[in-house]
Amino acid sequence: MYTAPHLVLPKVDNLRDINVYMANGGYEQYKKAIRMTSDEVIDTVKRSGLRGRGGACFPTGLKWSFMPKGNDKPKYLAINGDESEPGSFKDRQIFEYNPHQLIEGIMIAGYAMGIAKAFIYIRGEYHAWVSMMEKAVQEAYDKGVIGERMKTTFGGDYAIDIVVHKGAGAYICGEETSLMNSLEGDRAYPRFKPPFPANKGLWGMPTTINNVETIATVPAIFAIGAEAYASIGAPGHTGTILFGISGHVNKPQVIELPTGTPLTEIIYDHCGGVPGGKRIKAIIPGGSSMPPLRGDEIDGVLMDEESLKKLGTHIGTAGIMVMDEDTDIVKVTLRIARFYHHESCGQCTPCREGCGWMEKVLHRLDHGEATSSDIDLLYNVASNIEGNTICALGDAAAWPVKGFIEKFRDEFEARCKPERSFISLNVVHGRRNTASTLVSTTV
Amino acid sequence: MSISFTAEELRKIDELKSRYPDSKAAIMPVLWMAQHKWGWLSEDVMRHVGDVMNLPYAHVKGVATFYTMYFKKPMGRHHVQVCTNVSCMLRGGEKLLDHVTQRLGIGNNEATADGLFSIEEVECMGACGGAPMIAINETFYENATIEELDRLLSAASVS
Repeated sequence: MYTAPHLVLPKVDNLRDINVYMANGGYEQYKKAIRMTSDEVIDTVKRSGLRGRGGACFPTGLKWSFMPKGNDKPKYLAINGDESEPGSFKDRQIFEYNPHQLIEGIMIAGYAMGIAKAFIYIRGEYHAWVSMMEKAVQEAYDKGVIGERMKTTFGGDYAIDIVVHKGAGAYICGEETSLMNSLEGDRAYPRFKPPFPANKGLWGMPTTINNVETIATVPAIFAIGAEAYASIGAPGHTGTILFGISGHVNKPQVIELPTGTPLTEIIYDHCGGVPGGKRIKAIIPGGSSMPPLRGDEIDGVLMDEESLKKLGTHIGTAGIMVMDEDTDIVKVTLRIARFYHHESCGQCTPCREGCGWMEKVLHRLDHGEATSSDIDLLYNVASNIEGNTICALGDAAAWPVKGFIEKFRDEFEARCKPERSFISLNVVHGRRNTASTLVSTTV
Repeated sequence: MSISFTAEELRKIDELKSRYPDSKAAIMPVLWMAQHKWGWLSEDVMRHVGDVMNLPYAHVKGVATFYTMYFKKPMGRHHVQVCTNVSCMLRGGEKLLDHVTQRLGIGNNEATADGLFSIEEVECMGACGGAPMIAINETFYENATIEELDRLLSAASVS
């Protein structure tokens, strides 16, 4: 069933049915894995070069190796299917078309780390996809491939239980520590790291959090072999990846391609180019939190993390948003800032206040009420959010704003009022007792 | 109307609690059950959830108010959600929102007086490939047009 580049979404009809999945070699990779020691399984994933598909690109095998050995306390696996980054709509393809490969990936990951319980956290908006995943998990229980019965089905002494957990609408739950608080039944505030989840995660126990696509890739690695997987795609960021292309393209879609595929090939060959034959003004390479690229920069751009890093942006969730030449960049930036303002959990001051300020300044810009100094103010506010918050939402809010200003400063300038004003700080010096009071005291 | 789960629902809640190492974790699924049953989470409903879950009301309210999908006021029987985030905005999501607010004569996060419809401008729902998208209650409609929206609203208003 596994022929590159269709490793996560193989071209097999009705693969969501457990019988079809098993008829095509499904759940065979788990059998392969349990013939190895847990260290060998982790080593296989390491050798494959697999990096997390949730945005941070952390090496998966390395993450697994952080989990403590032994079974003296319970350990947990949380599968991140919150998929809340605007422009990302790939994980739902896995829930819909290949849920059993995700389950098999969970079994292999669980075996490697000695985990007996996994939670699949799916965003609340995905009502239908939550049901699909619940159905698949139930089928797996009924067939005896997970739960206690898997010991007799596959032999060995290992068993894992899987619970599907439905969110209720909060972008922040895609952040791993926030997801843990949400799962535990608290307000989903991100936690400070350290302690890292591998030491102190769900209910204070060692926990690994992996993205849906990452885990669904694991059985394919065991099917074709770690070295074969590592030979696909870009050397520093191997394998295949689900690109979700949206915005101004003729055929928006999710498509699985090797990492390092040229961006122009994705847009023009796979997605049929831009409607009306228009030119491209900007693209966001990996979900709305990633810095954008200008249209004149995209020739020769390869879509893998190492290549994009050199250009000052990241692959993120590989959700590519394409904007044609008529796109209003200030409006797009405002919309993105509004989103992050709405989704900021409010825990850290720089993000809670800063996201609101960015939205306000962008609103002024969009309504032609701003002066050129407001652009510097906006950049300054964004810089003061970045890196100063507990979780990455602050960076996610700051990067696109800074990126759009850096790449499209002319568009922002053009929206300002014609008069000039410049930020001037500390132009007056005065002793405190001579300064006028802030509150009027006249009666 | 007295607020209480039926015996069968309470058994379901016990089953939900047993899925997690700590029963508190079942609060999200139980709030979903409550919202399905009563339509929205009133103070009485949240107090009842607290009793059933053995959690303080303040905690239940804290969780319920954190998530946008738990309704803290009554919404329409047909809850119309229109996405205007970037991918949908680029493909006309805002026009759909303007149209539906004009047609129904209500604003964002408001319900019609007859309780039939409510509107919510939502953030990205993960349907960017089918932008612009709308959702009515739990069903997604991708590549939505004003004509389709009108058709859906007309069909809903007689159901």
